[in-house]
Amino acid sequence: MDLIWDGIREAARLWWSGDGEIIEITLRTLAISSAATALALLVGIPIGAVLALRRFWGRGLIVAAVNTGMGMPPVVVGLVLVLILVRQGPLGSLEIIYTPTAMVIAQLFLALPMVVGFSLASIQSVNPRLIGQMWAMGANRWQVLWLLARETRLGLLAAVMAGFGAAISEVGASMQVGANLAGETRVLPTAIVLETGRGNWEVAIALGTVLVALAFIVNLVLTTAQQRRLVT
Amino acid sequence: MSAAADAHLQVRDLAVQRGGNTVLEIDALDIPRGLVTVVIGPNGSGKSTLLGALQLVLHPVRGTLTLDGEPMDADPIKTRRRMSAAFQEPLLLSMSVQANVELPLRLRGVNRNRRRELAEHWLERFGIASLSRRHARQLSGGEAQRVSLARAFASQPEVMLLDEPFAGVDAPTREGLITDFAEILSETRPTTVLVTHDRDEALRLGDQTALLIGGQLRQIGPPIEIFDHPADREIAEFVGVENILRSDELPLGIEAPPDSLICIRSEHIVLERGGDATVRRVDPSGAMVRVALSVGAVELTARSPRPVWHGLAIDVGDSVSVCVPPEAVHVIAAAD
Repeated sequence: MDLIWDGIREAARLWWSGDGEIIEITLRTLAISSAATALALLVGIPIGAVLALRRFWGRGLIVAAVNTGMGMPPVVVGLVLVLILVRQGPLGSLEIIYTPTAMVIAQLFLALPMVVGFSLASIQSVNPRLIGQMWAMGANRWQVLWLLARETRLGLLAAVMAGFGAAISEVGASMQVGANLAGETRVLPTAIVLETGRGNWEVAIALGTVLVALAFIVNLVLTTAQQRRLVT
Repeated sequence: MSAAADAHLQVRDLAVQRGGNTVLEIDALDIPRGLVTVVIGPNGSGKSTLLGALQLVLHPVRGTLTLDGEPMDADPIKTRRRMSAAFQEPLLLSMSVQANVELPLRLRGVNRNRRRELAEHWLERFGIASLSRRHARQLSGGEAQRVSLARAFASQPEVMLLDEPFAGVDAPTREGLITDFAEILSETRPTTVLVTHDRDEALRLGDQTALLIGGQLRQIGPPIEIFDHPADREIAEFVGVENILRSDELPLGIEAPPDSLICIRSEHIVLERGGDATVRRVDPSGAMVRVALSVGAVELTARSPRPVWHGLAIDVGDSVSVCVPPEAVHVIAAAD
């Protein structure tokens, strides 16, 4: 029990003193996971919309793949990406293995199924006759998409939260494609694994509280936006 | 001016399929400018399909639809922006009442001040100005339908397409809504296509009635013409003619050509005490009383306003005389 209290006290001291390494790791974590989430939204919402609104051959297969992807173990994603990105792999010439870029790609593949799945579910829940009314009002294709995004904003914010949650919390794939290099690819989850392994409990607890606080603040902002009553 | 020259919308040789089956097939239909064309017909007759085709959300397998002589599908968005639509469901978006009514104008790029001005005007006209800041989710069914209609008028459409807009509203609310709607319609006179099941709505709002059965346009004309002079037995049954008699079984001294059918609307029959008909059954039916009679072997149905019926003091088993004004008798060819 003392171990935990000591850890928490040390975490508070590190926080209070503004430890440079913790700040650097925190900012890198935020940057990588935000980039991965942003890309997942950019690609995932249109895919979710197409799957929700169109019927085509193979749609069921894609939806099943998306649902599987929502529970995909990060280490499997990491393994596949390592095989693709290592020097002798098909995309080895890009030389992005063990860089933040590779970590963004890994987290993108973990966040994407979440974003597609949540977008699909929320857009599919819109009354098809309401979509007909949007066309009848004279909306063009982009205006229909804008109105749909507005109507499903609660579900889409849930997609953002799920995507960000999947990205920031994963550790396996980040380890595999980033290698946890100090000052380069070390992020909060990989740092926690490292410090726990070394027995540096207080540092691990400090990093853990930062990670939880970061996830909480981001989700608090999104939840506030989601639950706000938008009357205009 | 010919009827074709007055036509704002024209339907020619139209065929629409659903699931591989042809559900609507219309050779020619003209929708006159500034008038209300009521489309009636039983369930599955193709009424809503026709409206869907006019809204360009259903794609015909054959035929042309023109607006002012121009093909409607040449630029669907431009065409839709000359029209507006309201349905049985209000289909409001998750925003305020004001924002809902402004939305079609916003989609057309109308500036904020003009949007606000028009939305306020139409909310006022539909008697819901006090609801403008309320969220669409907080409205009653009748209020939501008023917002839906205000939204339809706000873009000042040339053509208005309405699919049973009063059907989902309770009776007392509906009466007030139809009264307001009729008044606004007579002031603004957009070319209107109104799909309805309701005979009273058709008679009250329609300038022209198009009757569809089985995806075919079976009769078109002034509403009273269709209700009082249906073209054949199937139409007569649909428009609620309860007495359809073969000419050779006529009990009323009415002369009709052989092999014809006589249609008499039950509300056109006048009953008096004493005579050769017998009252078999009496059922209240709204403001009327429905009376089943037999005249010899022939059965007839009459409807009397409740006070008139009570004034006659007639009961089941009593004898009555049946009077049918000559103008209430409509003769159609007997079916094969």
